[in-house]
Amino acid sequence: MSISLTPDFEKKLDEAITHYPVSKRSAALPLLHLWQEQFGYISDEAIEFIAKKLEVQSIHILELVTFYPMFRREPIGKHHIKVCRTLSCALGGAHEAHACMKKLTGAQGDDHGPCTSPDGKYTVEYVECLASCGTAPVMMINEEFYENVNSEEKAKELLKKYQ
Amino acid sequence: MSMSKTSINPFNHDVMPDNTPLVNVNYNGKWIQVPKGLNVVEVTQSQGEFLPHYCYHEKLSISGNCRMCLFEMGMPKMDASRQPVLDANGKPEIAWMPRPQIGCATNVTEGMGIRTNSPLAVDCRKGVMEFLLINHPLDCPICDQAGECKLQEYASEYGSGESRFVEDKIKKPKHFDLGKNIVIDDERCILCTRCIRFAREVLDDDVLGIVNRGGNNTVTCHPGKHFDNEYSLNTVDLCPVGALTSKDFRFKMRVWFLKETKSICTSCGTGCNVTIGSREQTVYRLTPRHNEEVNSQWMCDTGRLNIHYLSGEDRFTRPLSRVKGELYETSWEDVLRQAGSRLKTFSGKQISLLASGRMTNEELFLTKTLIDELQVSLYDILPRQGQGDKFLRSADLNPNSIGASLLGVSNDGKNLQAIKSGIQSGDIRALLVLQEDATEAGLSVEELSKLELIIYVGLAPNATAKAAHFVLPSAGFTEKHGSMINVKGRVQRLNQAHLPPGRAMDDWEILRDLRSATTGGNGIHTIEDLFRSMSAKVPALAGLTLNKIGDHGVQLSLTAK
Repeated sequence: MSISLTPDFEKKLDEAITHYPVSKRSAALPLLHLWQEQFGYISDEAIEFIAKKLEVQSIHILELVTFYPMFRREPIGKHHIKVCRTLSCALGGAHEAHACMKKLTGAQGDDHGPCTSPDGKYTVEYVECLASCGTAPVMMINEEFYENVNSEEKAKELLKKYQ
Repeated sequence: MSMSKTSINPFNHDVMPDNTPLVNVNYNGKWIQVPKGLNVVEVTQSQGEFLPHYCYHEKLSISGNCRMCLFEMGMPKMDASRQPVLDANGKPEIAWMPRPQIGCATNVTEGMGIRTNSPLAVDCRKGVMEFLLINHPLDCPICDQAGECKLQEYASEYGSGESRFVEDKIKKPKHFDLGKNIVIDDERCILCTRCIRFAREVLDDDVLGIVNRGGNNTVTCHPGKHFDNEYSLNTVDLCPVGALTSKDFRFKMRVWFLKETKSICTSCGTGCNVTIGSREQTVYRLTPRHNEEVNSQWMCDTGRLNIHYLSGEDRFTRPLSRVKGELYETSWEDVLRQAGSRLKTFSGKQISLLASGRMTNEELFLTKTLIDELQVSLYDILPRQGQGDKFLRSADLNPNSIGASLLGVSNDGKNLQAIKSGIQSGDIRALLVLQEDATEAGLSVEELSKLELIIYVGLAPNATAKAAHFVLPSAGFTEKHGSMINVKGRVQRLNQAHLPPGRAMDDWEILRDLRSATTGGNGIHTIEDLFRSMSAKVPALAGLTLNKIGDHGVQLSLTAK
């Protein structure tokens, strides 16, 4: 396996494992989160690496990665647009907001999964409830939260910040 | 190799220690006493009844995922002072819970109420059956499991008979290659995880898992990895549906045509108990047969798949006799008369005999009789050592080395060299080879060609048969009666599943007839007669009959030997 990690990152992983003294295996999810934070997605090498580190078979890391939709197997765009589509937002125009974002960014792909623009700048994706039903439709761009994204103008405005 | 009951299975839910305390349980309206710690599936079994289940297996951990064993549960009703409320008969009244529980994960406690046939329980089973069949392809006509499928059985017994599901079924991998012996059809899989738990808990080879979520759940290996364990085919037996299939057996035979014969595996000294599945003259599969003293419910893939030589095209089907350098087919009368009279022309010192640790006790006993009567001085078996493991495979690849020693035919291979030099010097002029190839025992083809008489008893051509003057076609292990003694000193029975091909005969009959053609006959007509005369002479077998050995064998005390 030709994977080289920075000593800092490896230290972070090792530190996370120490939180689970009874069973190393329990550190699988924290490690996956750290990995995705660092590299943006979970590669095949990542699965092998984490499995080896936790002394489990790689299938048991793959199980987790394929179970949780927020773990990505592919790299995504520079900016990640997460549109809430749970009931209140769905009624409040989430699908329109999603379509609008796709149009403005040029993101392509099946609506059920992440849609990425050809220039690799944006990824538009549906997510479940972001806990702000009163201000539907809502979305997150990277780690920032935006409410009442109900017009093309508003969407354009938002995207200006993410070039 | 140690193979105590505890080391072979990590779980034995069905085997309770004798001193387990009993608890009172109200089972379907009747108060009964059962060992504490049994779960409700086992309680039902202890009452001679059956609570349907898929994921529960007595040798695996409880996972409780199939929901088929739902039952209605109750606990004793308590009054204000936390004392049980008694009914008119002085028995505790039971407060029934409104929701069902799963039987496999519910261990009985004092005073528990169990209803397995109440309207709630019946309804639950029906509902679970409907859910399990939602995405099932219902391809029973081409499914290998058909006829022994728990999904079929319970659908017919507990299901509703029709589906209300009108949506599209989820597509999953079909005929996905899991390993060298196994193919999985994930659409048939009901996700009971028996295979995963077996690999993890019994084999300690945790390569199987479930990927994806919800309706897309798929049992698989990590891409690029394989479930290539020596015991992988046990998962095919464990699979309650047609998801895991054996590459060797799939599409070969509908299971309801298979005749089942209880016997033992002869591929190593462990002697795993097996069921032979045969139709007419062909063996289609071996499956392990439950015996806690030997193999529990498992067997290795090597043994399981070691059946195809039995239906080989090259099997001898008629006795052969050499005339002017060529082997010609002849009759048994002829071949025995000729072989017997030729053998009589040699003295005991001029004859050698190579027997086999693959022979049954009965065959070995007759061989020893022949040895004694002809006063053969040099005889032995061919020892076979292999790689054993901690689970079931024995390092002794002969299934009956112990029997060969006990009956005095074996010298553990020590005489093989003496036989070789005897042939070289010309002292030994005749050789009997029983179920072995003399070249495997170290004799060269040139040495064989020096011999004036070679009698070969065996299944198929080999270097010995090529050099033999008489070839007596014999029977494979699924074609014969008899007994063998495994490496732990347990005498076990082989039963005949089908007849040997053509005119080939059971080995003990060949040896009996060869003996009567050589040194005179006696009154042995059946294998039972033979066993009786053997047990009369061999102290370790005293008092035994083939009948008494039964299906599960008898442990001998061989310390005296």
